[in-house]
Amino acid sequence: MHPTDFTLRGAMEALNEGLVSSVELTRAHLEAIEALNPRLNAYITVTAERALEQAKASDARRAEGLAGPLEGVPLAIKDLFCTAGTRTTAGSRILGNFVPPYESTVSGNLLRDGAVFLGKVNLDEFAMGSSNTTSAFGPVENPWSRANDPDTRLVPGGSSGGSAAAVAARLALGATATDTGGSIRQPAAFCGIAGIKPTYGRCSRWGIVAFASSLDQAGPVARTVEDCAILLRSMAGFDPKDSTSADLPVPDFAAACARGVKGLRIGVPREYRLEGMPAEIGRLWEQGLQWLRDQGAETVEISLPHTKYALPTYYIVAPAEASSNLARYDGVRFGLREAAKDSDLRDLYERTRAAGFGPEVRRRIMIGTYVLSAGYYDAYYLKAQKIRALIKRDFDQAFQGVDAIVTPATPSAAFGMDERQDDPVTMYLNDVFTVTANLAGLPGLAVPAGLDAQGLPLGLQVIGRAFDEETVFAVGAAIETAADFRAVPGLRAGAV
Amino acid sequence: MSFTLEGPSGPWEIVVGLEVHAQVTSEAKLFSGAATAFGAAPNSQVSFVDAGFPGMLPVINGECVAQAVRTGLGLRAQINLWSRFDRKNYFYADLPQGYQISQYAHPIVGEGRIEIELQDGSTKTIGITRLHLEQDAGKSLHDQHPSKSYIDLNRSGVALMEIVSEPDMRSPEEAGAYLTKLRQILRYLGTCDGNMDEGSLRADVNVSVRRPGEGYRTRCEVKNVNSIRFVMQAVEAEARRQIEVWEAGGTVEQETRLFEPARGITRSMRSKEDAHDYRYFPDPDLPPLVLEASWVEQLKAGLPELPDARRARYVAMGLSPYDAHVLTLEKETAAYFETVAQGRDAKIAANWVMGDLFAAINRTRTSIAAPPVKAEYLGMLLDLMQDGTLSGKLAKEVFEAMVETGTSPGAIVEERGLRQVTDAGAIERIVAGVLEANAGKVAEYRSGKEKLFGFFVGQTMKAMQGKGNPALVNEAVKKLLG
Repeated sequence: MHPTDFTLRGAMEALNEGLVSSVELTRAHLEAIEALNPRLNAYITVTAERALEQAKASDARRAEGLAGPLEGVPLAIKDLFCTAGTRTTAGSRILGNFVPPYESTVSGNLLRDGAVFLGKVNLDEFAMGSSNTTSAFGPVENPWSRANDPDTRLVPGGSSGGSAAAVAARLALGATATDTGGSIRQPAAFCGIAGIKPTYGRCSRWGIVAFASSLDQAGPVARTVEDCAILLRSMAGFDPKDSTSADLPVPDFAAACARGVKGLRIGVPREYRLEGMPAEIGRLWEQGLQWLRDQGAETVEISLPHTKYALPTYYIVAPAEASSNLARYDGVRFGLREAAKDSDLRDLYERTRAAGFGPEVRRRIMIGTYVLSAGYYDAYYLKAQKIRALIKRDFDQAFQGVDAIVTPATPSAAFGMDERQDDPVTMYLNDVFTVTANLAGLPGLAVPAGLDAQGLPLGLQVIGRAFDEETVFAVGAAIETAADFRAVPGLRAGAV
Repeated sequence: MSFTLEGPSGPWEIVVGLEVHAQVTSEAKLFSGAATAFGAAPNSQVSFVDAGFPGMLPVINGECVAQAVRTGLGLRAQINLWSRFDRKNYFYADLPQGYQISQYAHPIVGEGRIEIELQDGSTKTIGITRLHLEQDAGKSLHDQHPSKSYIDLNRSGVALMEIVSEPDMRSPEEAGAYLTKLRQILRYLGTCDGNMDEGSLRADVNVSVRRPGEGYRTRCEVKNVNSIRFVMQAVEAEARRQIEVWEAGGTVEQETRLFEPARGITRSMRSKEDAHDYRYFPDPDLPPLVLEASWVEQLKAGLPELPDARRARYVAMGLSPYDAHVLTLEKETAAYFETVAQGRDAKIAANWVMGDLFAAINRTRTSIAAPPVKAEYLGMLLDLMQDGTLSGKLAKEVFEAMVETGTSPGAIVEERGLRQVTDAGAIERIVAGVLEANAGKVAEYRSGKEKLFGFFVGQTMKAMQGKGNPALVNEAVKKLLG
């Protein structure tokens, strides 16, 4: 078996049994990156030397009996997480050659547990996008392609497109990602892997470049639900440096994957049956529910009446926060600075921000500035906050009668790199099933459940109660087991 | 009595409200662990949070919250158990995050009041509208280089309390008295050091004028006035400017102005049209600030005695209202006085502190915080007078010796042999000698020239190098003259 084909869990066992060393695992992944990254563009920065040093140190720790929970496992880090000593770009030109002097709490937790970092993976600029085409470092290609149209290059989804593509193509055993409106779940679904956005507050946001603070949440992507559970346990935990971090114990999520779904009540929101949604997605959804019933769960129709307002609400709240969060990129203290000889401060700002931000980021800053402006605040931002509260209340009410909610992860399979690029609103529709969990702060897991007629992966989403990721993992694992998803992308390590 | 300014067409009343920015006394900044000491090398007290680095997050400093609550309690104000931080968005080079974290819609402290004392002895209540917590910005230095501006972020993120008054003041004097009293309360509470020359206390002065009996007219804000005297001058200068505008048939436009102390005028800084749209919205990095009522009660129980209460107590101790006022102006003066008065006569203690001590402080250019004579020593001096060791005259001499040497009165008395003679027999022997040496004068006295009595007392004191107990000397002279 090629070392890149291990699941994360499988690699951990092989490491434990001495069947493979961290150096061997790491080297195999670095070689795969070298072979495939020029095509996929999943990695922005590969830290090969550092990774091998870490792997060597990890093997030494293991030899001394000091192995941590993730000892020696090679991972990819979304380039939104600040990594001490390694350039962090947020997929933007504006950060220039910014090398953080600090390590984000989440990536620091992974290092603490013994993980090896292969490098920093691509993303939509400042995590704004659903196709990973807005990155200043070029688009990422989905390792999957359509059976009847293999030459059309597909998007991996976004914003964590680099994370999802790297894991799907076996260029990492798992990756960190972030999700503000679907940025973990949508690319996971597009790339046929699993990914969870945990409850807001489960993972610290400290050291993660902020997009929309009240929605941003870090989580893992990996090739199995259990691998996600293993990674999340290391990533999560209370952090006094993040005032929105939850001071709660971190459960053994991996153990929860084996709980089963017998006796669980699964909610099926009627508002998620969208008009014009491909029939195969509806069929897959029904199939998923049947799998759960077969394993002893009960499915019940529920109503989340404010769902139709979720996208517009999201596209007010997220840009509003972003317009403020991105004000610090001004050319004064770090990152890009563009100035002419006689520039005054205003000119420095204008030149730096015009050169540093791409069109989608500029668009969202403008939308956000507009909705917060005097005279528009009440009509947009304040109204959106009220609707957000109603969306949250919809879920609170639904969870009085059900233990988890199952929906499709995305309204379509991965699309072509040249498709849907002309109209931002069409692009925003990608998040229609995922934004609600962000607005309500709830955990949402994407799990690969089948293929469409073109052979592209489709995912289902499991949404749970706040801080009840365990039930989400149990339901996700049950779907995964029943789906027995074994399809692999064409572009993957060892296959080309 | 109401204060008015005369215009060509009649009297004008001044309406003043103050927004005071008070730097919170705390070890660390409002949302970061960086230090706050004044005068440190530029950019030496800056964390990545204060510099607005990517991914950095604010965490509220509980001590700053406690200080704001203490201040609210000291202002007899409503403490809001639920408050919230908002972002005030604007771009400037010394504002690293591109926004200031402040409390716009829901301040931590609501309505309160303070009582001010005026020259004529009257008092007046000034309403407090609100107090909120916010971050300070950094400092831009434009005069260090011909073509560059320098930025010092030491102050970036330091906690400020913005204390907003009602437009209740009607004269420069009232504005000055308000700021004086507010500063006094803050210093008593230990929540702000009140150093206006270091910028720990800054005032924005809102001024309008009106005909007596009218409603409010348009106001102008005079920004960043940094002394109590300048506040009073700025109020008057701005009021006179506005009166001139109205009298000339013009209209005062709402704007922000700057006071130029050297020229005694205010000048326009920016008009209402140029005002920023700050796009306030709740800071999503910070959950609402929720206080426990029991915690507030605990802070209340721990509050020090405030100036008004202390003044009343001093009056009850027998001091005049004026003395009580003077002694409570500065917390350090009151503390000094209390040490001296502890177990002694309050009135005598007050006289010494306000007389000899204040004079010595002025003369030696010291301060009550580092006084030329320790309070304990002044107390001991009073004891030496009380037990008769020192006469009033000797005591003054010992006090001056303490100013010079810094040693205790007991040591000076011993060293210089300044002990008062209270041995009646010894005094009588000396008086007898004086009378003997001045037999002629004694005869004159006995024949009716009674004013010579003082001469004999003086001669006796002289013979005793001033150390005779005056009462005993008097008694002995009277006795021996028969």
